Amino acid sequence: MSSSDTAPLRVIDLNAYYGTRQAVADVTMSFAPNAVTALMGPSGCGKTTILRCLNRIHEIAPGAYARGQVLLDGEDVYESHISVIELRRRVGMVFQRANPFPTLSILGNVTAGLSRNVPSSEKMRVAEKALRSAALWDEVKDKLQKPATALSGGQQQRLCIARALAVEPEVLLMDEPTSSLDPISTLSIEELMTALADEYAIVVVTHNMQQAARVSDYSAFMLADEHGVGRLIEMDETTKIFTKPSDRRTEDYITGRFG
Amino acid sequence: MATARPARATDPVKFRHAVSFAGAAVTAACASLGAIALLVILGYVALQGFRAINVAFLTQLPVPVGEPGGGVANGIVGTLVTVGVAVLIATPLGLLSGLFLALFGRGWFPEAVRFLSDVLSGIPSIAIGLFAYTLLVAPFRHFSALSASFAFALLMLPLILRTSEEAVRSVPRAIREGALALGLSEFASTMRIVLPAARPAIITGLLLAIARVTGETAPLLFTAFGSQFWELNPTQPMAQLPLQVFTYAISPYQSWHQQAWAGALLLILAVLVLNVLARLVLSPKAQR
Amino acid sequence: MPRREDMKNRNYAAIAAADRVFLLVVYAAAGLFVLLVAMLFVELVHGSWPSIVAFKFKFLWTSEWNPVTGQFGALPLIYGTLVTSLIAIVLAGFVGILAAAYLAEFAPGWIARPLGFVIELLAAVPSVVFGLWGLFVLAPFVRTVLGPFLQKTLGFLPLFQGSISGVGMLTAGLILALMVLPTVTAISREVIVAIGSDLREASMSLGATKWETVARVVIPASRVGIFGAIVLALGRALGETIATTMVIGNRPEIAASLFAPSYTLASVIANEFTEANGTVYISALVELGLLLFIVSFLVNAMARLLLWAVLREKS
Repeated sequence: MSSSDTAPLRVIDLNAYYGTRQAVADVTMSFAPNAVTALMGPSGCGKTTILRCLNRIHEIAPGAYARGQVLLDGEDVYESHISVIELRRRVGMVFQRANPFPTLSILGNVTAGLSRNVPSSEKMRVAEKALRSAALWDEVKDKLQKPATALSGGQQQRLCIARALAVEPEVLLMDEPTSSLDPISTLSIEELMTALADEYAIVVVTHNMQQAARVSDYSAFMLADEHGVGRLIEMDETTKIFTKPSDRRTEDYITGRFG
Repeated sequence: MATARPARATDPVKFRHAVSFAGAAVTAACASLGAIALLVILGYVALQGFRAINVAFLTQLPVPVGEPGGGVANGIVGTLVTVGVAVLIATPLGLLSGLFLALFGRGWFPEAVRFLSDVLSGIPSIAIGLFAYTLLVAPFRHFSALSASFAFALLMLPLILRTSEEAVRSVPRAIREGALALGLSEFASTMRIVLPAARPAIITGLLLAIARVTGETAPLLFTAFGSQFWELNPTQPMAQLPLQVFTYAISPYQSWHQQAWAGALLLILAVLVLNVLARLVLSPKAQR
Repeated sequence: MPRREDMKNRNYAAIAAADRVFLLVVYAAAGLFVLLVAMLFVELVHGSWPSIVAFKFKFLWTSEWNPVTGQFGALPLIYGTLVTSLIAIVLAGFVGILAAAYLAEFAPGWIARPLGFVIELLAAVPSVVFGLWGLFVLAPFVRTVLGPFLQKTLGFLPLFQGSISGVGMLTAGLILALMVLPTVTAISREVIVAIGSDLREASMSLGATKWETVARVVIPASRVGIFGAIVLALGRALGETIATTMVIGNRPEIAASLFAPSYTLASVIANEFTEANGTVYISALVELGLLLFIVSFLVNAMARLLLWAVLREKS
């Protein structure tokens, strides 16, 4: 296991619910710094729910709540003085479908998370840096004032990555970020993940095993039990998971026997 | 609907198709009736109105019966002021209540708000005028445009409230989640991201609400009351175009009847323009 | 990784507090709205209290409305209101439902959309304009053409006897019918559209013609929602004020003939309120308003519950 006390983000005994339905049970895992961790498993296994608990976006759905601990630098984000807003600034998120803010320009999207008090020259500097990190700068530098919705799907997703990077998070959560993209856009996002891992802890949800194998350093495999409640089956270095998994069910999954 | 009888096997298919065609024709005639009624009224008002409308009508104060000229300038301005103040009252309250319904959509209280709003939209404007009278006129023993604006605001509220709710709801959840995931506060995500995205639909609702009260007459009778003079102070009785149309119409004087038609033409044009504008705001072209 | 100063130093507690204030304001707005509606009712009761005390329930079923003697019985006004609304509902109901069927079932999109819009525009025409047109165009038409025709063909009915002055219940009912027609049409159309296509397809596949499908399957299946639309239109007709006031003749009498002048709850308030003197007179007028409020509240509540039940389960 990659588990260590120095991991910036750890989850201990997490249970998540939608109203009376339990989605995830007793999950404990940690996410290494400067590495990509992949959460994989068939749909309905609770991997996205786990991800959404990490920045407490899970609880904005009506009736949704979570029990257990999510530790950011050792502090429980559900208990400590860390406010939801601070948490979400330190733990950024990219969604399954690109969701640029429709009424804002490209520049406006990238700087949407910054305080309004930031002077515009500073905003410009931050935007350029974020767009460069997201490998989008060269494509949009001449049309920063254009509406974000005019970009292609892949560009929109990289814009969303840039938007998340602009607030300088410590962890970046990505929820199946390539599932609605074409292969070429997918490739560029995957390369981006690898590059960003130099600076951030990245957690990516994917139902695509090849993707997990390509981009991640660590992998967690999840599965829903007979009641439809998601559970962690095992978590280890990706090479180990894909070469000699310790659980039979993991092996079944990666060899394509189900899911 | 008596034309449709149970089809028996012996019925010739031809006959049934003829009945079907005739039925369709009857429904088409009924639908046309509504459109024809509008065109007839519109045409008649336009015909009579254009004959009476002139620069003096638009720019002068009313004159006593028998004197030539005179207009409804104070009524036009009075209506603009009264409706304007009503918009200032109704918009924040309606928008925030609509936001409430969109954010806290479930539970007994939001449902109660929704229900009351729908029911309020069917309460006669004259009853709402009486409410404005007992609340804002009777205690001060004097009529005011402000009390009319209050009545108008109550008439506009249900429309603004429900269209705002729909507008905010129609913003994809992913957009709001994206804003919150970025660490924006509820307030910032609402103000900077969600409301701007909902803006066209909110403006449409607002325009329709304005159209609903422009031309509304009944509550004005004992709130704004009307005036022969220039009056821009909302705490005073104020001339109102719909009220002038009403007074002129039921008067026995030919010359005043002409003025009533001209005033009606102005009202109908204003309302039609507002309705068409409301559509245009929502058109895909205006969105970008 | 070094975090920028403006990030580190943000006062998250203050932001969270501001958020709570914001949500509180949003909640308060909804509360204020409910309070306003409650106050509407309370104020009307308060304003009509002297009259309620003076006449009790007699107010509803005595037929003398006489400001001079101080006798206020609302029966003739209730009668005038009900008769005119009934005329409106029968006519607008019949035409509106068929129009809705056309827009929803028969008309191609390029006709249905503009035609539907034009019919909705009819609802936007101000009441005072309907009244003006009713007074100068429809009333003479009733006096010279429609009235004599009805008298000649149906004159054996008490409904169509007596002198025809042009203004009266029939004219008011016709104007009201035009005014509520868009309500019936638009909402019935919505209800009919909300019926799933499977019913239609089942009927058509059994060999029914389009008309048979509409008349025997689609409209019966939409009856609850269509009834809701009719009730909603009834509420509008009951409370309509200015147009009615201009064409009904304003006489508090109960007559069998539809050509006779009459009076409605709303038009009495419109005509007499600013000239009323004396506590009881004024409060009797406010009580008419209270009556209108209660009736239209109940009617609209019923209509909404019917329509919510129909339209919500579909969406």
